[in-house]
Amino acid sequence: MKFAVRVACVAFLTALVGWGCGGGGGDSSDQGGSSAPASSAGGSSSAGASHAASGATATLMGKVNLAGAAPERNPLKMTADPACAQQHEDMPALAQDVIVNDQGMLKNVFVYVKNGLEGHEFDTPEEPVVLDQKGCVYTPHVIGMMVKQDLKILNSDPTLHNIHALPKVSGNKEFNLGMPRQGMEFSKTFENPEVMIRIKCDVHPWMASYVGVLPHPYYAVSGDDGGFRIADLPAGEYTIEAWHERYGTQAQTITVGDSPNVEVSFTFQSTGS
Amino acid sequence: MTSNLPDPANRLQPAGSTPSIWLHRYAVFVAVCTALLVFAGGLVTSTGAGLSVPDWPLSYGMLMPPMVGNVRFEHGHRMVATTVGMLTIVLAVWLQRREPRAQVRRLGWLALGAVVLQGLLGGLTVLLLLPTPVSVAHASLGQTFFCIVVSLALLTSPGWRRATPRSGGASQLRKLALLLTAVVYVQLIAGALMRHSGAGLAIPDFPLAFGRVVPPFESTEVMVHFAHRVLAACVFVAAVATGIHALRHHRGERRLLAPALLLFYLVLIQIVLGGFAIWTQKAVVPTTLHVLNGALILATSLVLTLRSFRLLQPQAHIRQLEPQLREQVVT
Repeated sequence: MKFAVRVACVAFLTALVGWGCGGGGGDSSDQGGSSAPASSAGGSSSAGASHAASGATATLMGKVNLAGAAPERNPLKMTADPACAQQHEDMPALAQDVIVNDQGMLKNVFVYVKNGLEGHEFDTPEEPVVLDQKGCVYTPHVIGMMVKQDLKILNSDPTLHNIHALPKVSGNKEFNLGMPRQGMEFSKTFENPEVMIRIKCDVHPWMASYVGVLPHPYYAVSGDDGGFRIADLPAGEYTIEAWHERYGTQAQTITVGDSPNVEVSFTFQSTGS
Repeated sequence: MTSNLPDPANRLQPAGSTPSIWLHRYAVFVAVCTALLVFAGGLVTSTGAGLSVPDWPLSYGMLMPPMVGNVRFEHGHRMVATTVGMLTIVLAVWLQRREPRAQVRRLGWLALGAVVLQGLLGGLTVLLLLPTPVSVAHASLGQTFFCIVVSLALLTSPGWRRATPRSGGASQLRKLALLLTAVVYVQLIAGALMRHSGAGLAIPDFPLAFGRVVPPFESTEVMVHFAHRVLAACVFVAAVATGIHALRHHRGERRLLAPALLLFYLVLIQIVLGGFAIWTQKAVVPTTLHVLNGALILATSLVLTLRSFRLLQPQAHIRQLEPQLREQVVT
């Protein structure tokens, strides 16, 4: 009975923290506050479930900071395609590679468990991860997904795009698809883990997106406030890596024990403009 | 010692047959269009537009997609290529009908075969997502096709038919020009390899390489890039040697001196353009002009080579042909 109460308390606290941080579910990108992957809540297999049942899970959360002056976000020149430019007549779209808020918190950092889950197997989520081409930018800019999970690619723009994935790991196939009409969609999967796969549009050279493909659901992307949250992490010792497209990677080793929450933060150093 | 003799090549020409001046002008027009095609192809690589149209032979399933973004460069290249292909068909047929020299007629059909193969390679490189060997083959065949068309423009010119071979001091310029053409061609392949393997900025400074004369060979890209620079030095030396030789021994022959001097200036411009390509981080204009100017260097060295073989015959060869040629003139 005591065990069941403890599990219920952990679950309640986890949900509370998740709600308070604005994550807790589907979107891992543009919401303010922390973010959590859709798969982190329900993607665990029996291995993860058994850990959860024992109560020995924790929520990993933290923030990503950028030290030093953040580079100015330059407006994207979209004049080469009037259909793109017209969508940003009121306010030009800005470069998406480095997005920092007033407190110096860095958005679009992919945080994931790099080591420590070897030997575990996780079910592939049935729901796809969605990558949209809207306003001639990719939404989201950085995204995580599991191996063999569907990546649903949409074209919401009134112009043509090609979508060109550039994996480097053997077994992940490069593809280049034309999406000439608004409303078109494709689904693609990647067969092997890879951090990160660059996706670009060769028609609009400013368009780039990055996909982290993992064999497990323990990943997140930092949100507007630089926060991230990875739920239901089983007890153990892990290497957590943070990846940013401009500033590279950082890794830390953490231990998940009895505490329901583990905090870890990353600080990247600005390299100027 | 020099002697003027009738053109042995004209023996292939039936009496009374005069190729149309319009055929020559048309061949020149095709050559100019091919130079534009080389520029358009260079533009595709410089702008990174090679895969902006993912299908082939159609473009986004259409004959004419919206010309937006980088589609302008890739589909524009396809349009110019199609036009040059059509022009080459007309050229081959026209040569077949009006050109008396069998070799020149065959060269016309060779041009057509080359442009068709070039189109197929272009489609293949798009469908296979720009594999380096196919892209380099596409770039190299493009230069070869340009050479064939330039040769046709030269061979159909009235000046070529009127030219009379001379003897004396012949072999050196012929050898120099041939060597230069060969080195330039190899250099263009090396340049294509550098561009298509992403080694264009593997050495980020110029004229030094990582602040040294010889860079540390830490990657294949650095080696490929440095090979292009070494070959550029070879081209420069060969161009200077050819120019000096032409100035010293063929000052009175404008048809040899002009391309020899032009080559020297084009090579100088090419080196400066190569420098700008690096200093500007491969800005589109200098990088594309570098590609076009490379093709012009190849064409000019080829013209010099062909003219040197045409105008300068070894003395022994002239002596051997003399009775036969004189007899032909009498009859």
